[in-house]
Amino acid sequence: MSTTTTEVAGAAHDAAKAGMPQLDIATFPNQIFWLLVTLVTIYLILSRVALPRIGGTLANRKGTITADLAAAEELKQKAVAAEAAYNEALTNARSEAAKIIAAAKADIQADLNKAIASADAEIAAKAAESAGRIDEIRAGAMAAVETVAKDTAAELVGALGGTADASAISAAVTARLKG
Amino acid sequence: MAGEAQSEGGLVFHPLDQFMVKPLFGEGPVQWYTITNVTLWMALGVLAVTAIFVFGSRGRALIPSRAQSVAELGYGFVHDMIEEVTGHDGVKYFPYVMTLFVFILASNMLGLIPGSFTPTSHIAVTAVLGFGVFIAITLLGLINHGLGFLGMFWMKDAPLFLRPIIAVIEIVSYFVRPVSHSIRLAGNVMAGHAVLKVFAAFAPLVLISGFGIIVTPLSILAITAIYALEVLVAIIQAYVFTILTCVYLKDALHPGGH
Repeated sequence: MSTTTTEVAGAAHDAAKAGMPQLDIATFPNQIFWLLVTLVTIYLILSRVALPRIGGTLANRKGTITADLAAAEELKQKAVAAEAAYNEALTNARSEAAKIIAAAKADIQADLNKAIASADAEIAAKAAESAGRIDEIRAGAMAAVETVAKDTAAELVGALGGTADASAISAAVTARLKG
Repeated sequence: MAGEAQSEGGLVFHPLDQFMVKPLFGEGPVQWYTITNVTLWMALGVLAVTAIFVFGSRGRALIPSRAQSVAELGYGFVHDMIEEVTGHDGVKYFPYVMTLFVFILASNMLGLIPGSFTPTSHIAVTAVLGFGVFIAITLLGLINHGLGFLGMFWMKDAPLFLRPIIAVIEIVSYFVRPVSHSIRLAGNVMAGHAVLKVFAAFAPLVLISGFGIIVTPLSILAITAIYALEVLVAIIQAYVFTILTCVYLKDALHPGGH
């Protein structure tokens, strides 16, 4: 029985040798059997091991990229906020400094004004005092000049051999000085 | 066989020998369980798929290595294709579609190694794939939509008197789908390999006749060009088979195009 099937199969094989091996029906069960074995094997390898692993890797990568982008966006926002805060602080510091400068200027001006005023007053007082002293000295000088003139006149009169009383000489000198 | 050719004093033309299914160990008839060259090259395909998709992806690195990039590229390619064509509810059939794609691609690419055997050049293999897709998708459509699935053949936008005619055409084209689906793949792969072999048979002419001085370089040039074309065909046919599977799957999920 088995020899007959073998012979029949062999005959079919030989017949197909002349034409296309693709049409050799005797080899079909063999090809189909091994094809099914192969397909099941590939299916199991792919669905059990390879595809979940690759899918997981791709999802993981996508997640990482999304997270990284979100983190970058957050950091960018933070940087923008920090820049704004920095600018605000800078503006505040500038206005504060301007205020301090203005206050210092005002203080200095006030001190200066006060010092100038007191100095002016002092100068005025000193000038008035000096003027008084000058007047006094001038008056003293005038008096001295009169005395010296009277004495000189009396001495001159005595030296010239005249005699004159003091009051007449004094009146004459005073009259001359006025003239 | 070379000696035979010499004794005949001519060229050897056996372009179809490469498609022979032979037992790997010893001689004898090919039983369904016999370990044949089909077994060997399908097993190598499984190894290639394992190497790329299992060993390639084992790093799970955030920044992929080269092998991992290839595995992710293949994953993304098929995943995006199925999502684009069938919509979001088709994604749960992704492992099945991916299995088809990687099997066909591995088989086509390994088949380009000189002296190899190409399982996808056999109509028995591609017919199982094509009819498998056809039966699975028809059952899926009937289970999901019941008899409403048959509404796909009844064009509601067409004028009433045309509808029965269109229905007949649609039904015929529906049943032709698995045939064209499987013959397209096997035909493309087989034709390319046979043409390569024919040109290869002309190549040793320089050893036999004076014409060889012209014919041999030309045939080597032709082999190179056809080989490049075959690399393209290997990828494109895997892609075409997969995207058609997606398109058919879309019909089962959303009959009537909505």
